[in-house]
Amino acid sequence: MGHPSADPPSPMPAKPVPVPSALTQPYWDAAQRGQLVLQQCSRCATIRHYPRLLCAQCHSADAHWTLASGRGHIHSWTVCHHVFHPGFADDVPYVLVTVDLQEGVRALGRWCGGPLAIGVPVRGRFEALGDVVQLVFSPELSQDNS
Amino acid sequence: MTLKDKACVTGIGETVYMRGSSSSAFELQLQASLTAIADAGLQPAQIDGVIPIGIVSGTADDFIDNFGIPDLKFSTLVPHGGASPVMALQSAAAAVAAGVCSHVLITFGRNVTAAALTRAGARIHTMPAFHFVTEFEYPFGAIAPAQLYAPMARRHMELYGTTEAHFAEVAIACREHALRNSNALMKKPITMEDHHHSRMIADPFRLLDCSLESDGGAAIVVSAADQAADMRQRPVLISGVAEGHPDSPGSITQRPDMTSLGLAKCAQRAFQMAGVTPQDMDLLEIYDCFTYAVIRQLEDLGFCAKGEGGPFIADGRLRPGGALPTNTHGGLLSQAHVWGLNHVVELTRQLRGQAGLAQVPGAELGLVTGYGDMGDGAVAILRRG
Repeated sequence: MGHPSADPPSPMPAKPVPVPSALTQPYWDAAQRGQLVLQQCSRCATIRHYPRLLCAQCHSADAHWTLASGRGHIHSWTVCHHVFHPGFADDVPYVLVTVDLQEGVRALGRWCGGPLAIGVPVRGRFEALGDVVQLVFSPELSQDNS
Repeated sequence: MTLKDKACVTGIGETVYMRGSSSSAFELQLQASLTAIADAGLQPAQIDGVIPIGIVSGTADDFIDNFGIPDLKFSTLVPHGGASPVMALQSAAAAVAAGVCSHVLITFGRNVTAAALTRAGARIHTMPAFHFVTEFEYPFGAIAPAQLYAPMARRHMELYGTTEAHFAEVAIACREHALRNSNALMKKPITMEDHHHSRMIADPFRLLDCSLESDGGAAIVVSAADQAADMRQRPVLISGVAEGHPDSPGSITQRPDMTSLGLAKCAQRAFQMAGVTPQDMDLLEIYDCFTYAVIRQLEDLGFCAKGEGGPFIADGRLRPGGALPTNTHGGLLSQAHVWGLNHVVELTRQLRGQAGLAQVPGAELGLVTGYGDMGDGAVAILRRG
């Protein structure tokens, strides 16, 4: 999908980078360590994503971060052909996949794998692509590769 | 009390739609606004309410300054992208029905040629409504609406069997209407083959599934019904109007049912207010940012059951002369993209009987939708007065 960081002779246009807020900084700090974390309500234990100030169930502002499994199932996807941002010119065609995570929320990431269908079991991880960490999903090949 | 028949669309205006306009977005907006105000038989200083659509052109203050409005009594913002013009009909109707003001100008202008930042792919990432996408999806390559909406369409196809041919039918219907409208950007007919051979943008959306980027302005005047009877044009009554917001409005990814839109929540409110049903409609103007969006909205409006939108339109009923002529101006797909304010202008024109070659014979009752951001929706049912 990406390019080894060693070889570009001319500078590639940069991909957009996330601009974390105080609320979301822990998510991106974990992503840099290769971990997918999710916000969890400290009062009622509801997991929420994307991060926000209040739990929509009990309206508590107390929350902590919990390590997610990265496991889930494909909910939908798109194959991107048109270059809408120069930072992705060398990536097309690339696949964006929407995943139902085991934890009950969804994630959108890049797809690095085989045939796409609703319900395909997948596993996600953060990978460094150039200067940006990307959430990349691939097929969950078996139960015991965890 | 409801808003039924309390307000009328009394003036409409549009610029010539084009690409490469040398006028600024605000100049285009002023031009369309003056046309709409003159069409209503008013003077600019008689406008006492303003709803500027979007954040890309003039503000209410700019209209006070340029029109010399001595006493603006109402202004508000409706920050929901392409749903804003129809949502603004509700705000304007409420304001005039309550006696806050008499004549509300709803106005929009854009120049995508001059300001690349107003193009959708760049614009949305400056907008607060998109902050989830901008932080959590944009860095992975989800840049433009085509890429954000494509998973909705893909899931609809997988669950319900909706096909590329269904999408093509929407594109063809809009194009056939556009050929009857001298102020439409697209001038050549298209076929199913043309659609299927157009280049892939974000699967399943091909080029001909995507709306245009264009320069232009559009405006309408909404007036209190008790004043409209004495105005220049035959009034067009706002008989039903409602807005609805989807679950997880800021993120399609996190939406419990990503094939459901805000329109599903508000459609019945509008029909009940107007005391009519989908079967009573003579024509429709459906927000067509993408072909799929038309199919989905027809389901949410109750013209057919969920999942049956594709087969419902496959018989050509949306085309000129069909059972349910839709986007009689050509829509965002083939006329121009001014955030759907052109849809309100066109429905008004049709209900006045002023639509020329595009006129639907005997049009008395029609419906217009707005669709904005990630699925905010609005619907208005308009009736010839």
